[in-house]
Amino acid sequence: MATEWDKSAVEAIAHALKSKPGALMPILRRVQDELGWVPPESIPLLAQILNLSRAEVYGVASFYHDFRHQPPGRNVVRVCRAESCQAMGGVALANYIRQRLRCDFGATSADRTFTLEPVYCLGNCACSPAVVINGELIGRATPERFDAALARLEARPR
Amino acid sequence: MNTAVYVPCDSGAVSLGAGAVADAVALEAKRRGADFTLVRNGSRGLYWLEPMVEVETARGRWAYGPVAASDVPSLFDADFLAGGQHRLALGPTAEIPYLRNQERLTFARVGVTDPVSVDRYVIHGGYRGLERALTMTGAQIVEEVTLSGLRGRGGAGFPAGIKWKTTLGIDAPQKYIVCNADEGDSGTFSDRMIMEGDPLLLIEGMTIAAIAVGASEGFIYLRSEYPDALRALNEAIAAAARKGYLGGNLCGSGKAFNLEVRVGAGAYICGEETAMLESLEGKRGMVRFKPPLPAIAGLFGRPTIINNVITLASVPVVLDQGANFYKEYGMGRSRGTLPIQLAGNVKRPGLVEKAFGVSLREIVYEYGGGTASGRPVRAVQVGGPLGAYFPESMLDLPLDYEALAAKGGLVGHGGVVVFDDTVDLAQQARYAMEFCALESCGKCTPCRIGSTRGMELIDQILMGNRENADILRELCDTMSAASLCALGGLTPLPVMSALKHFPQDFGLPAGDAASASTQR
Repeated sequence: MATEWDKSAVEAIAHALKSKPGALMPILRRVQDELGWVPPESIPLLAQILNLSRAEVYGVASFYHDFRHQPPGRNVVRVCRAESCQAMGGVALANYIRQRLRCDFGATSADRTFTLEPVYCLGNCACSPAVVINGELIGRATPERFDAALARLEARPR
Repeated sequence: MNTAVYVPCDSGAVSLGAGAVADAVALEAKRRGADFTLVRNGSRGLYWLEPMVEVETARGRWAYGPVAASDVPSLFDADFLAGGQHRLALGPTAEIPYLRNQERLTFARVGVTDPVSVDRYVIHGGYRGLERALTMTGAQIVEEVTLSGLRGRGGAGFPAGIKWKTTLGIDAPQKYIVCNADEGDSGTFSDRMIMEGDPLLLIEGMTIAAIAVGASEGFIYLRSEYPDALRALNEAIAAAARKGYLGGNLCGSGKAFNLEVRVGAGAYICGEETAMLESLEGKRGMVRFKPPLPAIAGLFGRPTIINNVITLASVPVVLDQGANFYKEYGMGRSRGTLPIQLAGNVKRPGLVEKAFGVSLREIVYEYGGGTASGRPVRAVQVGGPLGAYFPESMLDLPLDYEALAAKGGLVGHGGVVVFDDTVDLAQQARYAMEFCALESCGKCTPCRIGSTRGMELIDQILMGNRENADILRELCDTMSAASLCALGGLTPLPVMSALKHFPQDFGLPAGDAASASTQR
């Protein structure tokens, strides 16, 4: 499993944002967005740059669901588990996706193709159930629509 | 001819293929040499008709939907640019009953215009509220907002004017306006629609709040699940600044207001105002003790007004049309309008803005058309994950803060999620506890521990250990009385309402739940 991390990228982000009030959140946010995860090794580095304790940085990084502590798979699938989607067959859809990707929620498939994450509301409740594949929101999702989106993904050049 | 074709850029519409429809319209126009402007508008909120394409015709806006990209050539064949007949034709947009019967004050412009164009915003009545506010003193603005009866739309229903007055009365070198855009309540999407469909309205509302209390800095705390709202807000902020509606010299008044969007990181608890402040300060989203109230000592210890998106987006109309106009709408102590978000298992889901007092029955049946599955409605959850489950027999309840509270529920953020008769309310109750356990910040014991114990108790009841129902009621009582914030304090609402109205789902005899209940 590749766990190398881009130290210079984290340093650049931290130095660019460190003067903002409450800088740690925007910095972690951007590290997560650019790297796809928050490498554990970045925590002492951020602590040093922001003059915080490592415990403080770790406390924040571990509090928020979005911040990943391992690199994600090549594709990230997020499935809404909240009430409106439940009312429209979201539980069955979630089970289908779990089997289809051979991956449980909060985990990455063995071949690192998919990371599957639960999400509690995407604000697309009027088009339930909702799924996000690599940032693309899919409303009124069904196994067929999900499979079609995966097929588009595979057809896309990397 | 200067026709315009509108294809929504709203993320909900895009999730149903609006992007592909827009591409197809542009392509087909080029192929046929048709001349019109393609505008990406917000959504009208008629989601069962999305992607809904509109055309500016001599007879007004004409709607077609739901349109798939493959329908586009046939729309051109049918001369839809002149409002031609087509199997997807819906007629004049304004005459669609779902839209015609609404009372859109806050959502008046959503779906009408290009969301980030300041010029369009002004043409459609934008910035009139700010212009009037700039002629008034801070105290006069606060008085106007107080008189309008506007209450916090985020869930708590606290009068906005009172909050503002507190901050106005404090002398401080720095004050802040914080917009709570962490719309985490499942089943709700009105904040998202405003931010994607009319972001300048929110910006105007925040600017009015800023000049009212003398704040020069503002933050919008946006949940990370809304990337399209982030783009729209940032574009709108830049556009407003270019036109002098934000920055160091607001409309030449000499007053300053700067605005920044901060993105959360997937913690539901950060929708709680003090947890949000902690997060904005770069910390874990742990709930603070109150007092001090944020209005007195909030962000970075400074006086801070925190209002929800819809609250702030309702301010411009109050200032533009006056407090009396606004408070004419509504019932009792719930004044004005509520953007109701109708979702779940419902035939016509969408955004319905109505004056307070409209019944749940009217929303679910007359607007919603009953369930999407065609099965009977069994339960409706009102107000998000912390809202009560009501049985079909209680749908005559009006949407009103006090009326719902009297029945053990809440208006919350105005979400209404419909379930058909296949729903298992014991599982929904268990989910409420599970969600609380997942999202608890961990500061107070009733919430942190109680939620997990609650899940276990429901499992026990479902295994046939009925005596655990009494323990569950006691636990809920403790959570609602002793939790620090609304997460632990209100999670008992969905649980107790499920237990009370649907005891059979827990394997309990009818009437058993009501007898021993200590619940409101």
